[in-house]
Order: sequence, then structure tokens, then C-alpha cells
Amino acid sequence: MSSLWISNVRVIDPACGRDAAGDLFAVDGKIVPDLSSEQRQKAQKIDGSGLVACPGLVDIHVHLREPGQTHKETILTGSQAAAAGGFTSVVCMPNTSPVADTAGTIQFIKDIVQRDAVVKVYPTGCITVGQKGQALAPIGSLKRAGVVAITDDGDCVQNNELMRRAVEYAKMFDLPVMDHCQDTALTHGAVMNEGVMSTRLGLRGWPNCAEDVIVSRNVILSTYTGAHIHLQHISSRNAVEIIRRAKNRGVKITAEATPHHIALTDAALATYDTNFKMNPPLRTEADREEIIAGLRDGTLDCIATDHAPHTDYEKDKEFDFAPNGILGSETALAISLETLVRHHGFKLSHVIDLMTRRPANILHLPAGTLAPGTAADICLFDPEESWTYDAKAGFSKSSNSPWHGRQLKGRVKMTLVDGNVVYDRGAIRAAKP
Amino acid sequence: MPWMRKHLITLEEFSLSEIEQIHQTAAAFKKILGRSVKKVPALRGKTIVNLFLEPSTRTRMAFDMAAKRLSADVISFDAASSSTTKGETLRDTAQNIEALNADMIVIRHAASGSPLYLSKILDIPVINAGDGAHEHPTQGLLDTFTMKEHLGSLKGRKVVILGDVLFSRVARSNIHALTKMGADVTLVGPATLVPHWFTDMGVKVSHDLRSALADAEVVMLLRIQHERQASSHFPSLGEYTSMFGLNKTRASWLNPKAIIMHPGPINRGVEIDSELADGQRSVILEQVTNGIAVRMAALYLCAGGQPEHVVPGETDE
Repeated sequence: MSSLWISNVRVIDPACGRDAAGDLFAVDGKIVPDLSSEQRQKAQKIDGSGLVACPGLVDIHVHLREPGQTHKETILTGSQAAAAGGFTSVVCMPNTSPVADTAGTIQFIKDIVQRDAVVKVYPTGCITVGQKGQALAPIGSLKRAGVVAITDDGDCVQNNELMRRAVEYAKMFDLPVMDHCQDTALTHGAVMNEGVMSTRLGLRGWPNCAEDVIVSRNVILSTYTGAHIHLQHISSRNAVEIIRRAKNRGVKITAEATPHHIALTDAALATYDTNFKMNPPLRTEADREEIIAGLRDGTLDCIATDHAPHTDYEKDKEFDFAPNGILGSETALAISLETLVRHHGFKLSHVIDLMTRRPANILHLPAGTLAPGTAADICLFDPEESWTYDAKAGFSKSSNSPWHGRQLKGRVKMTLVDGNVVYDRGAIRAAKP
Repeated sequence: MPWMRKHLITLEEFSLSEIEQIHQTAAAFKKILGRSVKKVPALRGKTIVNLFLEPSTRTRMAFDMAAKRLSADVISFDAASSSTTKGETLRDTAQNIEALNADMIVIRHAASGSPLYLSKILDIPVINAGDGAHEHPTQGLLDTFTMKEHLGSLKGRKVVILGDVLFSRVARSNIHALTKMGADVTLVGPATLVPHWFTDMGVKVSHDLRSALADAEVVMLLRIQHERQASSHFPSLGEYTSMFGLNKTRASWLNPKAIIMHPGPINRGVEIDSELADGQRSVILEQVTNGIAVRMAALYLCAGGQPEHVVPGETDE
């Protein structure tokens, strides 16, 4: 029997309505209300003075690149980056090579997760075969193999009939469908938000209406079928309003926002820096503010990073030719605290809720709370510590971050999975949880 | 004021006095071009590489000519012959060129921002000869140089840029130069090719040809770029011509002394009537000639020359 005692810590667990100074205990990897005196004597003690203990963070949108793109990231390095960012559960996207559209590939991913991952990794499968948007993938078999959702990731299903059948079919298994909302006919050749900045820079614009059209489509299909559709990385202010109205009518949709869409705008593209290139693109200040308003009033359910590693040499190109995507795992908490708590007056517990209980609930993950009896997945962070982020020194195999070299405030100190310390002040402590 | 700039990437970042310095230097070089010996030793012993990763005739010939008039050695690369077609990155191509001891690089590229990217990698001056739909700074400089020759100061003068502005780097560079010089600029064309976003750059946007052309002193036509447009920007070339093509009737709405400009290559009978292109008010070929003098000025200054040292008559071989 192993016991854990984190003392003198500010425990914030929105799922239990808890925000108070005190102690946190676990026995054999599960949270317990208290320890016996014998357990206290033998317990592994962690001094939590000055720190916040919250449920291990949950990221329902990461790209771990394995199998097939292991030059960018692996399940090992991606899960280490997650641990360093305070995440204990991550959901990986199926756009690997091959794409995860068969039970065999899901099993392969699960085997590597079992062998290498230092946090809990949940796979998703494709909606369509080859992520090509033409024929349904074996959704039932994928579910049986262990996927927590299906999605065609960046290749948004354009055919409305196929999408309708996909959500109808997946509903039978209570399997959420995650959608990257982009009408690709409206975004041909686009590399950044369409507007004043794209006009100045002479870059092809991605109009936010291309997101709004598919968000509306998904609201309509969810209304019609009753299926749960999760809208990924919402970036358009109009989309937020569409979702708000749909939720008021009780439509079964959920939505996420990324740290970069709440912290940055397309003004950052003035120097064509490809570490600010992602899809959907950074948008305007008005969009950014509405995304934050959406998180504030619950229109947007959670924060997810869209952690998307690419090597230096892949990103080091003409803006048009560089791949989309930036790192997110190791900076998400600090950026969210800066943007939401310090600049927009969110309560700390609200931001933690957006990164723990709420994303876990969307995909029914056993995570996101410190309630007794649940897994002792814990993030310990110092909300006041200032530090300089060096993307090259991070745990991700890649370093494509817009925040490289930036001074950040709020730093993850320790991450525990099932009561085991996996990350401890700059070092990965365990090969396995 | 001494010339401080090493790279010529955008006119957006230029000051008015830098534009004027280029114009003055170009005027001095233009005099040399009128002499029997059209060459000065200013860049003797220097090697300039023209890296043209997108097809070009006029600009490339003008840069070639300008470099030769300055006595530089010139090497030209184009997309078909370069190793970029074999998958070499722009960084590697550029570093190889620098390793070959080139002193300056002139780049034309379909990707916006690539000259800026190169200028951060290389120690040698980088001259933008057109990047995507972003900028074509030497074109903006030669166009305003040509306007000044005809109109004098451009302050308060009404300039119309007509056509495919959305995809035009020429338009953007002209907008930056003209607004700094105080001109009153109106962009005209179909709403799909002249989006309202441009008003943020200090110009007017109009879709009404008649009111826009009324009393304008300059009309600059832009080529309808079939190769860049998705099929959805306008119905047909025929409809474009009927709605926005410059013909005799429409030209009569202009100020009687107005000049007609076009950066080339022109589509006769599409954006402009053939007769007007060859007519008295057309300065299209003057633009080409001025392009050599302006590019000589750009190469000379960015290579470290100073405006006051260009003294025509003293330079010969």
C-alpha cells in the first residue's frame, strides 16, 4: 500500500466545488478524504506551500504524430510534454500515418501508449476511410478498439449527407463526433485570416464565414439527429453566437477554444513568422474577445490546445509552404492564466474547470476531479512564478511555439498520474505511470 | 540624409524621404541612359544574382539591364533551372548563392513574405522583385517616378488604380508610395477583386467607374491575372471588359491631361482598349524605360552607394 500526502496546498477542484487551503491525500493511486495515522507516517510527503493542487489537466485535442510522423513527436515525447504542462489525460487526433481508421491502428497506438506514455492517452478514430470524406470508417470497430470519439481532424467532412450518417451512426455507440469546422470551398489556398492583415500582407485569406457555415451545419445536424457533435477550436466570433443560440435551444453540441485563439490575433503575422501559422488561423481582436466571452458564459465548454508539433526545418519555409500548427501542451496553463485570469478577470477555479472537469465530461473521460475514489491525477502549479519559456528545452520533440522566449507567469511544478509523480520541477520522473 | 537601407523589401516601411532619394538617384541615372556610353562603374566587381522563382519578362530584363549599366556581373536563376524543383528549400538555395560569393540577390517569388524571410537569413542585400500578392517595391517606385515626371508633385492629385487589386503586388506598393506622397488614391474594380479591407491602407474603394474616373489625373490599370484567380471572382473576361475595361468613352471622363499607366503585360481588349494603350496619353513604355533607372538606383543605394555621389558626366569608363 502506498500513500501520498500533499500538505499546505490550495486545493481547487471545481467538480466538487472545492477551493480551500488544506491537504490532499491518496492511497494506491486513488484520492481519499484523509489518511490514517499509520498511513501518514509512511506517506510520500509533498510540501504544497504556495502551490495550487488541481485535478490533472485534460486536453482533448493533441497531435502525438505516432505512428508515422515520429520525426515531429512521439507518444513518449508528446506525453512528456503534456506532463510538463500539467496534463494527465490527453486525447490524440487520428491524422497519423497511416490515419487511425482501423481497429488495428488503434490497437497499435494503444500498445505504444501502454509502453511509452507517461500520462493517460486516449485515441480517436477517423470518421471516414483514409480521412478522405468519402465513405464511413468502421466506427463500431473503432469504438470497440477503444476510441473515445471520432473525427476527421483537419479534413472536415464536406459532404453533409455523409456527416449526417456519421453522427447518426456514432450516436448508437454514444460516441461523440469532433469536427474541425471548415468549408474548404471557401478557403482554397488560404493561409491566414481574411481581413485587413491578409490584404496588407498579400496572403490568401481564410474567411471566418467558412467556419460559421460548418458550425451552422453541425448545429442543424445535431438538432435533426440528436447526436452529440463537438466543435473543435472555435475561432470566429460569429460561430460563438451561433453556438450560443443553439445551446439556448438545448442542442447537444459542445465546443472548445485554444489558448492561442484567446491570446493572439492575426496582427502577430506582420513578419510572416510561421510559428503563428495554424488552422483555423489567428483572427481579429473582435474574434478573440468573443471567444473569451464564450468561455466566460459557457457557450464554449473548454480549453484544448491543438498541440501540433512540426520540426524546425518543416516550419522554416515561405509562409505559404509551412505546415499549420503550433505546440501547446507546455504553455497552455500559463497562457490561459495570463489571458483569462489576469487580463479578463476570470476566477482561477473557472479556468481550472475549463481545463479539467469540462473537457473530461465532453468525452466521458474518467478524469477532471479530485473527488474521493477517483484516480489521483494531480497538477501542482505555482500561479505566481515567472519563468521564460524555452521551446527548444521543452519535452516536445519539436519547438514550433509562438511563445518561445516569452516571459510567462504561472508554472507547473509537479504532475502526478495515479498517485505517481511523473513530472517534477523540470524533470520527467517516471517512464510509466 | 545618407542612405541607410540595405534591403529593399517593402514600400510600406519606406519613409517619404527614402522614396524621394530613390527618385533623385533614378533621375541622375536616367540622364546617363540617354548618353552614348550608357554605363557607369558603380558596381564593378560586384555580382548580382537574379533569383526568379516565378516567371517574369519585363522585371527580370529591367533588373538585368540595370545591373549591367552599373557594371555588375549578373547571374540569373529561374524556377525551371534551379534546384527548388528538386525539393531544395529556399533557405538552402539562398545560402548556396551567398556561398558562391554573390554580393546581392534580387528575388521574385510567388510566396508573399519570402524576400523578408531571405533578408533574415542572408548577410547580403535582398531586393524584392515581386512577392506573391504582397509588394513589388521597384514597380511602385518607377510608377510614382513616372507620375512625377508628368504631374510634378503628387500631393492631392487624384490617382485611380483600376482592376484586379486583390491579387496585385503592384497595387499594394503603389498604394504605400502614393499615400506617403500625399496623393488621393481610389481603387476601382469588381467587389470581389477590390475588397473593402483596402480602405484600412488609407485609400478609397469604389465600384462605380464613372465617379471614380471623373477628373482623375492618373489611371493605372492592372492586368487581369487569370493564373491567380479562382474561377469565382468574376463571370468572364467579356463581362469584366464591359463593366470595367478602359475604353475611349470612359477615358473621356478623365482629366484632359490625365496619363494612362499599366505595369504590363497588358491584355489588349480586356482591361484596356488597344487604341488607348498605344495612344497619346499612354505612358506604358515610359514606365518600362524608367524601370531601368529606378532599379539602377535601388541596386546602387542598397549596395552602399550614396545619392549625392551619382554625378552624371563624371562617370565613364
